[in-house]
Amino acid sequence: MKVLVPVKRVVDSNTKVRAKADETGVDLANVKMSMNPFDEIAVEEAVRLKEKGVATEVVVVSCGASSSQETLRTALAVGADRAILVDCGDADLQPLAVAKLLKAVSDKENPQIIIAGKQAIDDDANQVGQMLAALQGWPQVTFASRVDVADGKVKVTREIDGGLETLEASLPAVITADLRLNEPRYAKLPDVMKAKKRPLDTTTPAELGVNVTPRLKTLKVSEPPKRQGGGKVADVADLVNKLKNEAKVI
Amino acid sequence: MAILVIAEHDHATLKAATRNALAAAARLGSDVHLLVAGSNAGGAAAQGATAGAAKVLLADAPQYAEQSAENLAALVVSLAGGYSHILAPASSFGKNFLPRVAALLDVAQISDIVAVVSADTFVRPIYAGNALATVQSSDAVKVISVRATAFDAPPESAPSPVENVTVAADTGLSKRLGQELTKSERPELGAAKIIVSGGRGLGSGENYRKLLEPLADKLSAALGASRAAVDAGFAPNDFQVGQTGKIVAPQLYIAIGISGAIQHLAGMKDSKVIVAINKNPDEPIFQVADYGLVADLNDAVPELVAAL
Ligand SMILES: Cc1cc2nc3c(=O)[nH]c(=O)nc-3n(C[C@H](O)[C@H](O)[C@H](O)COP(=O)(O)OP(=O)(O)OC[C@H]3O[C@@H](n4cnc5c(N)ncnc54)[C@H](O)[C@@H]3O)c2cc1C
Ligand SMILES: Cc1cc2nc3c(=O)[nH]c(=O)nc-3n(C[C@H](O)[C@H](O)[C@H](O)COP(=O)(O)OP(=O)(O)OC[C@H]3O[C@@H](n4cnc5c(N)ncnc54)[C@H](O)[C@@H]3O)c2cc1C
Repeated sequence: MKVLVPVKRVVDSNTKVRAKADETGVDLANVKMSMNPFDEIAVEEAVRLKEKGVATEVVVVSCGASSSQETLRTALAVGADRAILVDCGDADLQPLAVAKLLKAVSDKENPQIIIAGKQAIDDDANQVGQMLAALQGWPQVTFASRVDVADGKVKVTREIDGGLETLEASLPAVITADLRLNEPRYAKLPDVMKAKKRPLDTTTPAELGVNVTPRLKTLKVSEPPKRQGGGKVADVADLVNKLKNEAKVI
Repeated sequence: MAILVIAEHDHATLKAATRNALAAAARLGSDVHLLVAGSNAGGAAAQGATAGAAKVLLADAPQYAEQSAENLAALVVSLAGGYSHILAPASSFGKNFLPRVAALLDVAQISDIVAVVSADTFVRPIYAGNALATVQSSDAVKVISVRATAFDAPPESAPSPVENVTVAADTGLSKRLGQELTKSERPELGAAKIIVSGGRGLGSGENYRKLLEPLADKLSAALGASRAAVDAGFAPNDFQVGQTGKIVAPQLYIAIGISGAIQHLAGMKDSKVIVAINKNPDEPIFQVADYGLVADLNDAVPELVAAL
């Protein structure tokens, strides 16, 4: 059984991003880029499925500029077998377009399971996995914190607003990974070296027959209103007094 | 054209975030329809009828008992003709099924909006709320998820009519095996006026409960947690506040033993008043706190309970 994992190159989660002064976007000059943390979890889960003998091959795919190759190599270093770059140059890729590209790749690869991240931490859209499942007419199980595959079905525990829920879906299916699904391993140096020899194929939206023209136009990107914090209180009595008489919230 | 809002409910009652989504819809036009898709959901529909919509559409059938994304999306798509906008709360409910609707309609989804600029232009946070993007949609139908904390719920209205609609076929793609819902007498995290939230600084689940529950009881507050506290098992997953947990904006947010990582701030920095209790004065949580108390939480929290 083949597992396909879409991975996205994003700004590292430790970076504090700022809007540019001219409000045309965010300032990404010289910032550190990493694999989307949820995608690290998705890759780890796929590799574990292979180690358990459930999956036979793990294929990773990224849509973006050629720099996304670095992200794909990272995934190969933790155990993915093969990588595909959908080279989109510096096109503004929106979730629907990404989902269409991934569907086209999936149609060629025929995976039984696609594990995506639940959201990308840059755009925070939380859409691609669900859109991909819709385009395929497959079941979707989002926000997974536990995945079990057996007898052509997948059993997934999901994190929902009120607690947890367990769903069963037929395969093929799309799963999206939440934070507590697993703890991704670090790649060891020999694995990083080996990853350089694993196959990485490149295709393009044109080859896949997908139109990636954006549907949403970003008119401006601005700073959120700044909070006036930094106030201190001397002790608990001072705190209670201020909450009662100054802020009047208790 | 009319506007469709998809209700979040538990069949018997309407969830608070539905009302916030209705408030966002009201900024777009007055002919707002509320879809209640459920099983024996007359209770939720009746509450929806006084929530400010022009009419309630009730799809009552067994295939909506589990609120599966596949069945909900199929229903919404079957009703979509005639609507200019389709909205739902950006809760785990809305996040789950709405992108599926957008993809089936071949339109973009505008996620987690915090403001309506015009019928086609919306403001949404990106990069964990460190920037606000104003985006314009060129699609015929706008599919939108709404950040509940950004829109005040409208007042109760006179009852509007409830109309039964034709249900869509069961897709049979997934089924629910079980649920473990956190039972609590406390207010819902997303709708609470006061939130007492604990982080890794609490040290253990036992300490989390021993120190924070009496405080939450005194203040009739909901309990929240940082990711580190949830990962360490101090609190259940649905307590997590942040970029990847719940977004909250109560009147008062009390952060105890929480450092204030970007991802945590993304979930609470729009709270009206923020209190931080932390022993390290250099932590970023103090930069957003109105009232910072530099103290050991093991002493300060019981003292606070006693002083209230
Ligand atoms: C150079 C560039 C500049 C951009 N500038 C802007 C901008 O200024 N404003 C703006 O609003 N948008 C911008 N975008 C678009 C934004 O990054 C897209 O919305 C994004 O590609 C879609 O991902 P998401 O964060 O919305 O996906 P989500 O739905 O949050 O992602 C969920 C999961 O889908 C998968 N996934 C998502 N994207 C990819 C991918 N590219 N390849 C493989 N798997 C993927 C991953 O598994 C991920 O965890 C830009 C994109 C690029 C490439
Ligand atoms: C992709 C991604 C998504 C994330 N999503 C979220 C999210 O949604 N929500 C979230 O919260 N985090 C999220 N995080 C994690 C976030 O980066 C932080 O790791 C986390 O918020 C830290 O939790 P904390 O403040 O409880 O722990 P710490 O940072 O360890 O802080 C503990 C604090 O307790 C204080 N303390 C210790 N002992 C005492 C004492 N006796 N008295 C008083 N104070 C004391 C310390 O000074 C310290 O400030 C995410 C991270 C990533 C990478």
